[in-house]
This record gives sequence, structure tokens and C-alpha cells, in this order.
Amino acid sequence: MTALPRATEKALGLVIDLDTCVGCHACVTACKGWNDQGYGVPLSDQEPYGAHPSGTFLNRVHSYAVQPVDAAAQIVNFPRSCLHCADAPCVTVCPTGASYKRVEDGIVLVNEDACIGCGLCAWACPYGAREMDAAAGVMKKCTLCVDRIYNENLPEEDREPACVRTCPTGARHFGDLGDPESAVSRLVAEREGFALMPDMGTKPVNRYLPPRKKDRMQEASLLAPLLDIQATGFAGWLDRVLGKM
Amino acid sequence: MGQPKVDTSPKVSDEVKKTTCYMCACRCGINVHLTSGKVTYIEGNRDHPVNKGVLCAKGASGIMQVTAPSRLRAPLRRVGPRGSGAFEEISWDEALETAVAWMKPLREEAPEKLAFFTGRDQSQSFTGWWAQQFGTPNYAAHGGFCSVNMAAAGIYTIGGAFWEFGQPDWAHTKLFVLLGVAEDHDSNPIKIGIGKLKERGAKVVGVNPVRTGYNAVADEWFGITPGTDGLLILSLIHCLLAAGKIDLDYLARWTNAPLLVNEAEGPEKGLILKNAESQPFVIDRRTGMPAPWDGAGVQPDLGAVWQGHRTVFQHMAERYLSPDYAPEAVADRVGIDAARIRGLAAELARVAFDEAFELPIAWTDFRGDRHEMMQGRPVSFHAMRGISAHSNGFQTARALHLLQIVLGTVEVPGGYRLKPPYPKPVEAHPTPHFVAAAGKPLSGPHLGYVRGPENLALKADGTPWRIDKAFTWENPFSAHGLMHMVIPNAHAGDPYKVDTLFLYMANMAWNSSMNSARVMEMLTDKDESGEYVIPRIIYSDAYASEMVAYADLILPDTTYLERHDCISLLDRPISEPDAAGDAIRWPVVEADRDVRGFQSVLLDLGARLGLPGMVKDDGSPKFKDYADYIVTHIRRPGVGPLMGFRGDGTAEGRGEANPDQLARYIENGGFYQAHVPDGAQYYKPWNAAYQEWAVATSFYETPQPYLFSIWSEPMRKFQLAAEGQGFLQPPDHLRDRLKLAMDPLPVWYPPFGEAARAEFPVHAITQRPMAMYHSWGSQNAWLRQIHGKNYLYLPTSIWEAQGFGDGDYARVTSPTGQIVVPVAHMAALNPDTVWTWNAIGKRKGAWALDAGAPEAVEGFLLNHLISEVLPGAGRVSNSDPVTGQAAWFDLRVRIEKVGPRERAEPEFDVLPRVVPKGRTRA
Repeated sequence: MTALPRATEKALGLVIDLDTCVGCHACVTACKGWNDQGYGVPLSDQEPYGAHPSGTFLNRVHSYAVQPVDAAAQIVNFPRSCLHCADAPCVTVCPTGASYKRVEDGIVLVNEDACIGCGLCAWACPYGAREMDAAAGVMKKCTLCVDRIYNENLPEEDREPACVRTCPTGARHFGDLGDPESAVSRLVAEREGFALMPDMGTKPVNRYLPPRKKDRMQEASLLAPLLDIQATGFAGWLDRVLGKM
Repeated sequence: MGQPKVDTSPKVSDEVKKTTCYMCACRCGINVHLTSGKVTYIEGNRDHPVNKGVLCAKGASGIMQVTAPSRLRAPLRRVGPRGSGAFEEISWDEALETAVAWMKPLREEAPEKLAFFTGRDQSQSFTGWWAQQFGTPNYAAHGGFCSVNMAAAGIYTIGGAFWEFGQPDWAHTKLFVLLGVAEDHDSNPIKIGIGKLKERGAKVVGVNPVRTGYNAVADEWFGITPGTDGLLILSLIHCLLAAGKIDLDYLARWTNAPLLVNEAEGPEKGLILKNAESQPFVIDRRTGMPAPWDGAGVQPDLGAVWQGHRTVFQHMAERYLSPDYAPEAVADRVGIDAARIRGLAAELARVAFDEAFELPIAWTDFRGDRHEMMQGRPVSFHAMRGISAHSNGFQTARALHLLQIVLGTVEVPGGYRLKPPYPKPVEAHPTPHFVAAAGKPLSGPHLGYVRGPENLALKADGTPWRIDKAFTWENPFSAHGLMHMVIPNAHAGDPYKVDTLFLYMANMAWNSSMNSARVMEMLTDKDESGEYVIPRIIYSDAYASEMVAYADLILPDTTYLERHDCISLLDRPISEPDAAGDAIRWPVVEADRDVRGFQSVLLDLGARLGLPGMVKDDGSPKFKDYADYIVTHIRRPGVGPLMGFRGDGTAEGRGEANPDQLARYIENGGFYQAHVPDGAQYYKPWNAAYQEWAVATSFYETPQPYLFSIWSEPMRKFQLAAEGQGFLQPPDHLRDRLKLAMDPLPVWYPPFGEAARAEFPVHAITQRPMAMYHSWGSQNAWLRQIHGKNYLYLPTSIWEAQGFGDGDYARVTSPTGQIVVPVAHMAALNPDTVWTWNAIGKRKGAWALDAGAPEAVEGFLLNHLISEVLPGAGRVSNSDPVTGQAAWFDLRVRIEKVGPRERAEPEFDVLPRVVPKGRTRA
């Protein structure tokens, strides 16, 4: 069993805006592309051109239907990846110490050299955020692009996770959620960001911004006709409307 | 135990090469990372005007595209029966000589016997020029089965279109309304824009039968019934007119609303009234007398009546004020409550007028009147195939432009902005050229904008010049041709037989054709003499698509990272409203197969055929390859395919060819921008500063100010012909539909598919998924894990009425055919509509996929349900009667539950493989 740090210096994580995410999957393949050649073993694919294609992804997007009581049904696109929990059960369950939470930034990582592929961590994670790589037999998970965010070989502006850099709608934000003054913390405060399934007690770091209220448009008095066209006819309307010039 | 040490600064790659993506029509800038000469990562280019660093799921999966096992490897010649998949590899020299042997006699005797159609071509100014030099009238790209309604209705109304030709003023707009926009066209720019609006809390409204993608994040969703968008729009116009919430000043100054409509019976009835100098005129409010439409200081009177002739404005207002367009009168047909229609109209009016603002930008209009400010109206629109792929799509798109116009929101701050070289009026476009003569080039470009019946591509006997019957009475404004009719017409010998069908990058034996199963038969049918009805088929593609099996000669293309291309101002550039832009692709990796870029191959063919402009005086090839053409081809004096770094490297727009041009583009990240000068950013059609800059930058030769066409004179000319006026007369069976469809004011009529309504009560449409549109995604190892199987989504009403459950299939029947397909429930859907993702379904054996691939077993197409011709005589195409746009979404079906199944129907034989089945990923 592996210990969690008592505290971390930062709580790096993602803020994902569900009001803005159009479900385009850009973050999914940008993540796959970066991490296929990044931290740890590649993200393998099984039967990539076959009858049952499958592979390792560290980030996936799901779409859910929501049916409000008095309004039209809605679709919410929901990107899902590791939430870098403060009380990460995937870490404490790890028998070899391979899973750990970094003291300096709170990122939950897998030390692949120490991973025996037992899969306990994936069972322990209530969010389904970990995927066993079928080719390598080691556990893969979101690293918050630990090999990008500090990478001195990248221009400063690119030192953010691949999913954030690529997101076309800007629905993904990265920063220190442990710092109440950070841009991401302020965004969470403004938009009433929430933690996913807080009752699981894992204290996730990532936050989701809720969809704004929809379908609220009401008939407005602004459109009061200029006059009763039926009564005055087209000529009356024309006089009235052109009188405004 | 200590924390492991992580290398947080690994080397990313050996080098980064900047080129242009090719997964769709966005043409985003990409940084291709290479390690040991291999592509290891692709990300968006932050400096690029289109995508500003972001990249979609397709672009970010490009690495799987470049390494796909479905890539063709060498030229192929068919050796067994067509469709049998029996090919032999041949050398390029053999392949090219074969093509020349087929084409040369055609050029010498009857150039129209070559039909050259180029699908999802991004080099249309080049391929069109090639076809022109060959001399065949039979050339077009894929716009006819995509969205020519959108393009043409825009050009005929505002001088520019939706999709990549314009965009909302993202920085200022406060209300953005999307109509019929699934999840594409153009992809990243729309996403970036929506993100900006969301960031500042601006409102997004989605009008679409299906609530996915952009419509899922819309603040307001109108789940409209397919084919009724025009009726909704005209009802909104009705509400705005009735309430007087229209921009009268804008209408008077910038549109043809104050021009007079000729009311005299006879051949001029309904045309714009002209003076003795054949110029339209207005009545000046200051004098009550006629005055030039473009005269300085003139105040056009919208309410004028002159010698019994009334203004366009009055005709317009009278029509749409009719109670026929009241929300209560249209609500049932559009599937939206009258109160919500009024609510939307009120919101449009509130934002356009109550939140109007001014930008302190002084400018001078084409009349010479100076303005100290630019009036802004922060309402903007975007629309795509959902409204246009119907047989009333052209008029619907026109109606939407009219809505923008009455709100005064086109080319103003906060509204819809065109991207250079647009705005550009019909008059600045060519008319179609089509007269084929043995051994001669065509006299001009094939595709153009028809002004009246005199521009139709009809022979003296009234038969069409073109194999696709473009520019005929069936579809007079078919500015993009009708690629979807080429194979059926060639097969039917209607209007004539062709000898060689030459196709590029279009999957006509599968998802790009209506009635795909029948089209496959047309491709293999033989005549009485045992010869193929379509004698020869040459096809170029980079991948083993379904179409490959049906060709006689395959010219394998490169992938997008192995080629030169230019994204040119001469066809579809990458401009922004504030800057004209063009770009290149260049080989960032060398092809590891015996393949060649199609454009270079075309130049080689052209030289071997001795086509004018492609050979020197001594008969030797003029261009080494496409890269050489991009740099040295001169289209008009000083104007070539690329506008940047011309002459000595500093000239922009106009200048001599610069041998160093491609190197300069590469240095600059693969693109070039020419920035619109200060004071010229808005009001472009009327802004003298913009017009001057446009001439300097080569978009046109003289300033082209114009008025927006609320009343379309070219359309009225066709109506007049249908009424019996004039020498050129339509066939009688088309008179009524011409009178209806060529109405000079936007009109709504039920889509032709509605004729089947009683027996087939449900609308069936497709959308393309953001992560995989264009058919190429299926071979992509990553993308097919996201969309490897499609369902037919059923609304709650149908799902519950027939007791559908998970795992069920349904039989879907249309007047044309039947399919059996997997279904799923979706509540956020118009109650009379079913839909699915387009082009997920694949034929077994194609694209190097396993024959048991989900795409091929459970995946399906709706294409089998759609006839390419309308019921009745005359083989009239199932297309918009104005432009010939394929009316994909007119489809009506009946749904019946069949219970659980494991495979979709129809099932086709496994296509023989032209490349080995893919096994492992690169």
C-alpha cells in the first residue's frame, strides 16, 4: 500500500466547461497523439483495423441525454480523465508504490517501472479514469502532460496539457486549483464549478463548470405590432414604418 | 520510499515542419514534429489564421492517416472484370501512356467524351484550368452534392456565402444563430468562435432537428422539422416587418430595396426598371424625382411609386406581411410553437436594435458620402447543409440572407462579415463556358454565375452541353455542377454517352452517390456489344476506397504530408474578414511508395497531351511539377496561384513570379496574409477604401460596389421565360417549377420529397460527426474507435410507439429502397425525424479494414434509400431546381421494428482487396 503526501505544494488540474464542450473529441486524439510518444510506454491499439478495434486512451468524451421536466431534452458532452484526487484511492491501493501523488504539484502518476499491471488501482478509481495498456501490461492514466507543462524544450505558451492546447472551443483550462487566486480557481468560483461525485470522498482536484440554463427565451412585448395591419392595410403600415426614417 | 524522478523536459522532436492540414475544408495550420525522419506528433500552428493553434480530432490523428495501411502503393491497371478487384501494378510511365492513349483521340475528335470530376479537390482553379485546356465542358468538383445552394444563394444575394467565405464578427456579436449546422463547415473556426461567445456570455441559438454538437451547447434550441427552415425564416421576417423592427437606413442605402420593379405587362415585367441609359434608378426623397442609384447625397425613397412602378421594398413588405407567414400559420409545419417563433423574432430585434452600437471608424462609401462612425448590430448567423440540402434549399438560403439584410447585420460590426476576395457580386464572376470544339481549349472557365437564360449551357437543339446537365432549365444556377448525376447520366446516355470518366478523390461507388447500390451496377453494366456502358474509368485517390475497385486505371495520390498544394485566392483561400490569406502544403516527409501527387500527374498528362499552357513551344513540358506550376503559372498579368512574396519577394497580390516563393511561404509557417487596411474592415461592398485595396490585391480589376439583391433579377428572367416571354423557352414540363422556384423574392415551398408524405411519414437525415467527417476517417486507427458504428437515432415518439429496446434493428423503407439497421433512442430530436452519422458505414474489404469491421457489418448508409432522379418522366434529378444541389435531406421513410439482429442490410459482397488488410498500427 502506498501513502499519499500529507499535502501538496500545488494542486494542478483541469477545469472543463460543460457549457462550451461541443463533444468534438479533439482532446481525445491530441492526448493520444502526445502520450503515444510521451511519458511511459506508447498507448497501444488492439486490432486497429480489425473487427474489434480497441486501444488505450487517457481521455474520453461521453455524451449524455438530459431530460428537464418542462423543457426540451438536452445533450451534455462530458470529457472524462483522471481527476488527480487529493485522497486518491488508486494510490493507496497500489501494492508496489507504482502509483503515487507528486508532492510538488499533486499530479497522480504511475511509475511504470514499478507497475506490475495488477489492475487494483483501476478497480479502486470510482471514475474509471485508468486504462490498462493491453500490449505493455502497465497501467496508463492522465499525467496532466507532466512532460509538457515543465518542458523547457517547448515554448512557454505550449507548456500546458495537450488536451488544453488543442481544445477548439477553449472549454478546457489548466492551472493550480490549490491557489484561490489562480485563473482557474476564479473561473470555478464565478461559474459555480463542481467536483465530480464528491460523495466518493476522493477529493478530486479537477472541476467541471455546469451547463448554463437553456431554453429560457420568452415571447417579448418588443414585438408589439406597429398597428393593426388587418385594419389599416398595407398603406397604413408603409406610412407608419417609413415615418421612422 | 522517495518519489521517482521524472524527466519533465524530454526532447520533443528533431524538427518541426509547418504545413496545412487536409482532413476537411478548414485547412488549418499544423506543426508536424519529426523524429529520425518520421512523423511523431501533429499539433495546431498557433500563428495560423484559421485555427490559431487549436486542432480538431481529425487533425490531431493525422499521423494515423499518413501511415494508414489503406494507402495505395503503385499505379494499377484492371486485369479482370470491373469490380472484381483484379489489378496489376504498372509503372507510372505505362499508366500515363495508357491514360494518354485513351484521352488523346477524345480531345482530337470530341473533347466532351472526357468527363473530369474532382470531388473533394482543393486545387479547383488548377484542375478546372486543366479541363479547360483539354476542352471538355464536363468538369466540376463536389459542390453539387455538397452545398452549392449555400454558395450560390449567397453570391446572388449578398455577394458572398456562409461557410468558410465569411464569419460572424466574433469580437462583437451578442446573438449567434446557427441554422442547419451539424458539426462541420467550417469546423475549428466555428468552434473557436463559439468558445469566444461563451466566454463572454453571448447567446447561441441552434435551429436544427438534432441537438448534438453546436446545437447541444446552444442556449436555445429549435428542433425544427426538416425542410421548413425557409418558412420559419420568412415568419421571423413577417414578425420583424409587422413590428417595424427593420433597418430602413441600411435597406435604403445598401440594398436594391429602393429600386423600382417594372409593373408593365410584357417582357420586362418584374425586372428592375431602368432609365434611358439602361441604369436602374431610385426616387430621391429630397426631390421626389428619379436620381441615379449611386448618386452622391441621394436619399432613396423606399416608399416611392413612380408611374405605377413600386419599389422592391414594397413588394417585399407586402409579401411577408401576409398572414400566411404569421407564426400561428406556420407553427405546425415547422414544428415550433408560435410563441417561440415570436420570442426568437423579438430577441433578434432586441439585440439588433436595442444593443446597437457604433465603432469610431470613419469611412467613405462608393457614392462619395463620408461617415464618421460605423453602425454595428450584434446579431449574426451561420448556416450549412441542414437548410441547403433540400429541393427548396436555394430559396431558403436566400431567405436567411434576407433576414440578415432586414436586420442590417451583413458587413457591419457585430454582424456577418465576408472574407476577401468576397464580397464579390454576380457581375464580377464569369458566366459558364461550355462550347466544346475538337482539338481546342474551352473559351473560359466551366463554372460561373448565370445572369439569364442566354447563359444556359444548351445546344441549338435545346439539349445540354454538359453530361451533368448543369446550367439547364432543370437547374439554371448550377454553379458547382452536379457531380452526383455524372454516372447516372453517362450510364443512361442522357444527354449523351461519354468515353472516359476521370475522377479524383470522390467515393462515387459508395457514400458520395445517391442510390449507391444502383450506381455500382451502372459502373459494371455492359451494352449489347459486351462493352462497358461507361467504357473507361480512371480514378485517383490516396486510399483504397470503395471507388477504387470500379476503375480501370488507378493513379495513386500521396497523403497530405507528402505533397505540394496551394490553397489559393483563385479558388477557396483561407482568408479572415480582416485579411486575405493563402497557404501551401509541401512534402514534410517523402512518400515511401510509388505514388505521385495528383496535380503533378495532371501536369505530366497535360504535357503528354500537348495541352496549351502546359508545353513549351518545342513541345517539352512547361512545368516540372505542381510546385513549379504554383510558383510560375500566371493566370492574369501579375497574378498567380499564390499572392505572397511575389516579384522580388516583397510584392503582394500582383507581381512577377518569384522562384523563391515556396521557400518564403515555408519560412512564414506555410501561409501568407494580406491585411485589410484600417477603415476598410466593414461595409466592404460599399467601402471605397476596401474596394481600392481589393483591386490592388488582385481580387478584381476595377472597383465593384453593388447593392444587395433582395429582388433577384436573374431569377425573374427565368420566371419570365417560364411565363412564355422571350425567345429561349423552357420545356413545358418544367414551366411550373421554374415559376415557383425562380421567384425573385425568397419563397418557401414544400420540398419535393413531401410528395411521399402519406406513405412515408418520417424525415430521415444524416449529419457528419466532428471527429470524422469526409469518408476518410474510417481507416484511421484512432478515429474509428470513436465512431466505428452508426445507429439510426429514433425520437421518443417512434421509440415508444413501437416498443423499441436496446439492441433492436429497424427496417427503414423509402420510395426507393429498404435498409435494416441498428437503432438507438434520442430524445433531443425533432419528433418526426430520424438521423444517423453519415459515411460511417463501409463496404467489406475496402479501406484495408477487416471484413468483419463494425463499419462494414453494422455500419450503414442512408444513400440506398435516396433516388438520384425524381419520380415521373424525364429523369429530372433529385436536386434543388435552382442550383442542382443534391436534395439529400428531402428523404422520407417508414420505420418498422424488426427486433435484434447482428448485421445491417443490404449486405454487399466483400470487395476484393487492392491493398493488404491492415494488421498493426504504425
